[in-house]
Amino acid sequence: MAESRFMTINMGPQHPATHGVLRLLLELDGEIVVKAEPHIGYLHRGVEKLSESLTYPQALTLTDRLDYTSGLSNNLAYCLAVEKLLDIKIPKRAQYLRVLFAELQRIAAHLLWVATHALDLGAMTVLFYAFRERETIMEMLELVTGARLTPSFIRIGGLAADIPDTFLPLVKDFVIDLPKRIDEYETLLTDNIIWKKRTQDIAIMSGAECLDYGVTGPVLRASGVCYDVRKAYPYSSYEDFDFEIPMGKKGDVYDRYLVRLQEMRQSNRIVKQAMDNLPEGPIAAFDALQVVPPAKEAVTRDIAALIRHFKIMQEGFQPPQGEVYASVESSKGELGFYLISDGSNKPFRMKIRPPSFVNLGALPKMIEGQMVADVVAAIGSIDIVLGEIDR
Amino acid sequence: MGLEPATPASVQEVINWARKNSIWPVTFGLACCALEMMVASSATYDIARFGAEVFRPSPRQADLMIVAGTVTKKMAPMLKRIWEQMPEPKWVIAYGACACSGGIFQTYNVVQGVDQIIPVDVYVPGCPPRPEGLLKGIITLQEKIAVEPAGQRNLVSLPWGNNG
Amino acid sequence: MDRCLAGDLLKGKFPAAELKIEEFRGETSITVAAQEIREVMTFLKESENLQYDLLLDLAGADFAGQATYPRFMIAYLLHSTKFNNKLRIKTWVAEGSGLETVSGIWKAANWLEREAYDMFGIKFNNHPDLKRILLTEDFVGYPLRKDFPLEGRNFDQPFNVCLEEEQ
Repeated sequence: MAESRFMTINMGPQHPATHGVLRLLLELDGEIVVKAEPHIGYLHRGVEKLSESLTYPQALTLTDRLDYTSGLSNNLAYCLAVEKLLDIKIPKRAQYLRVLFAELQRIAAHLLWVATHALDLGAMTVLFYAFRERETIMEMLELVTGARLTPSFIRIGGLAADIPDTFLPLVKDFVIDLPKRIDEYETLLTDNIIWKKRTQDIAIMSGAECLDYGVTGPVLRASGVCYDVRKAYPYSSYEDFDFEIPMGKKGDVYDRYLVRLQEMRQSNRIVKQAMDNLPEGPIAAFDALQVVPPAKEAVTRDIAALIRHFKIMQEGFQPPQGEVYASVESSKGELGFYLISDGSNKPFRMKIRPPSFVNLGALPKMIEGQMVADVVAAIGSIDIVLGEIDR
Repeated sequence: MGLEPATPASVQEVINWARKNSIWPVTFGLACCALEMMVASSATYDIARFGAEVFRPSPRQADLMIVAGTVTKKMAPMLKRIWEQMPEPKWVIAYGACACSGGIFQTYNVVQGVDQIIPVDVYVPGCPPRPEGLLKGIITLQEKIAVEPAGQRNLVSLPWGNNG
Repeated sequence: MDRCLAGDLLKGKFPAAELKIEEFRGETSITVAAQEIREVMTFLKESENLQYDLLLDLAGADFAGQATYPRFMIAYLLHSTKFNNKLRIKTWVAEGSGLETVSGIWKAANWLEREAYDMFGIKFNNHPDLKRILLTEDFVGYPLRKDFPLEGRNFDQPFNVCLEEEQ
C-alpha cells in the first residue's frame, strides 16, 4: 500500500478551543486541511428519552441545560410549543416580559461568544471586559428568578412569578451602559489589524450553501440571506417591537463577528422598548385552569386552589392529541421543539431542533482547504454549544 | 505499615503549604458547570488569589482536575486517560451535581458520578453551584492538603511503591 | 394560501400517490408513502411556486404500542425563504425496511439522518456515511425505541472504563 502523504491529527474532546467536548479528526497536507470530520456525542445525556418519562412541566427543567449560555430562550421555545398544543393565550404583560428576558439572554450569550472567540484567537482582554457585563445580567436574572444559569422561569402559561420592583431600574442602568461597552469591544477588535488578518476571508460560506446545509442564525445572515424567526414568524408579541436585522455580505468570520455585535445593539433597543412599554396585567394565563397552577397567595388561602395546584404538580395536564412545532430565534439560530402528544400527561415524543447541530454539519465545508490555525477561528464563528448538539 | 516517613513533620508542613497554595487546574469543563468555572476564573470571583493562577490545557502541567459537567460513557475513557496523564500529586474536585452523582440525568449514556472512574477529593453539589461554591471547594481542598501526613502522596509515581 | 398550494401542486404532479393532508393548530402536514419520498422532495425543492430550500428538521418517532401503522414515522420540516411558509411531510417506515435518503437534495439531511439511524435504527439507502453520530460505535441497541429502557442495560452494575491499551 502506498504511504499516505497526509497526517491525521486529533483535536480531542478535551481542548481549550473547542468550546466543549467536540472532537475533530483533521487530515492535513502540511498545514492545509484536506478533510475534517467532527465527532460529537461526548455530552449525549438522553434528554429526549428522559422527557418521555416526565410530565410536561417537569420536562421544562431539562430544557435549561440545552443551550446553557442562554437558559431562558430554551424555556421560551418549549413553552411556545406546549402552549400551541394546548391553544391557550398568554397575557400581554407576560409576553413583553418574555421578550425582555429572551433579549437579555441573547446579549449574555453573544457576550460569552465574543469573550471566548477572542480568547481563542489571542485577545484575552475582551474576556474580562465581556464577563463584567455578563455578570451584571446574571445578577439581574438571579434577582428575579433565583438562579444564574438555569432559571426555568418561563413556565407553561406565562411566567413563574412577577418581577420585583428593584428589577426595572437595574435594567435601565444596564441598557444605558451597554452601547458604550460595545464600543469598547469595538475599539479592541474591529479595526485591529491582527484581528482582521485572522478573521477576514476565513471560512466563507455563500448564502445558497448555507441554506443547503440548513444553517440558520447569525451565520446565515452574515452570508446575506435574511431569515430571522422573529420577523418571519413573529412570536410572543415581537411584531410590536421596532428593530432591524443586521446582515453581512461576504459570509466570513469577520462578517459574523460584526453581525453579532450589531445584534447586541438591536437587542438593547428591544429591551429598552419592552421596559418602557410594559403593560400591567396578570403574568400567566390563570384562566386556563387545568394547565397553569394558581398564584401562591391563592394556594395558601383557598382549598380548591390548593387541590388544583397539587394535581398539576403531581400529574401535569393532558393536552389534546396532535403534533406541533414551535421555534424561536435563539442566539445560535432557529431553536425548535417538535412535540407529538398522544393525549397522556407525558410527551410522546419531544424532538429538539438544535441550531448548533445543523450548523456544525457545515463545518467540514468551511474549513477544507484552509490552514490549521483557521480551524479555531471557524469553530468559534459558528458559536456552538455542545449541550445543544448532543442533548 | 511501619515504614518511617522519609521527611520529618516540619518539612512535610512546608511541602503541604507549597502544594496547597499553588494548585493549577487542568481545563476540564464538560457542560453547563464549565461556564460557572469560567466565571470563577474571571475578575469578579478571581480564582487566582487562591493560587490557581492559570488553567493549564495540558494535564502534564496541572495538579488539580475540576470535573465540571456531566460525564458520559463516551467521554469516560478520555477522562480516565487525562487523569492518568497528570503527574503526582494530584487531586480531583467533582463540581456540580452531574459530576458528583449523575445529577438529573439517570439515563443510558451518563456515568452516575465521576467517582465511579477516578478517586474524588472534594464534592461540590449544585446545579450549577455558584462560583463561590467552587471557591469553597478549593478552600476545603486546601485544608485537606494542609493536614496530609508524609508518605500519603507519592513524589514520583513508580509501580513498586512510593518514596516520600 | 400557500400551504394548501403545496398539497394541490403535489396532487397534480403525483396523481397516483396517496396523499393525506392534515391541518392542526395552523400547521399543514402531508403524509406520503415511503417509496415516493425522493420524487416528492425533489419536486418540493425545485418547483417554481414552492421552492422549499431549507430543510429545518428531520425527526423520527417510534409508534410501537399503537399497532395499526408501520412502526416508525419520519417527519421532515421544510421552509421556503422565498415564500415564507413551512410544511411538514410525514412518512411511515416499517421495521427493517429502508428509506431513500434526501441528503442529495439538502445536505443538512446528512447529519439529521445519521441521528435518526442512531436513535431508531432506521436505515437510509444511498446515504454517503451512515454510522452512529451521538453514541459510541459499539453501542448495542437503539435508545429512542419504546422498548429500550431509560437507564440502559446493566444500570445497577458499576461502570468500568477500559482503556484501549488495557484491552
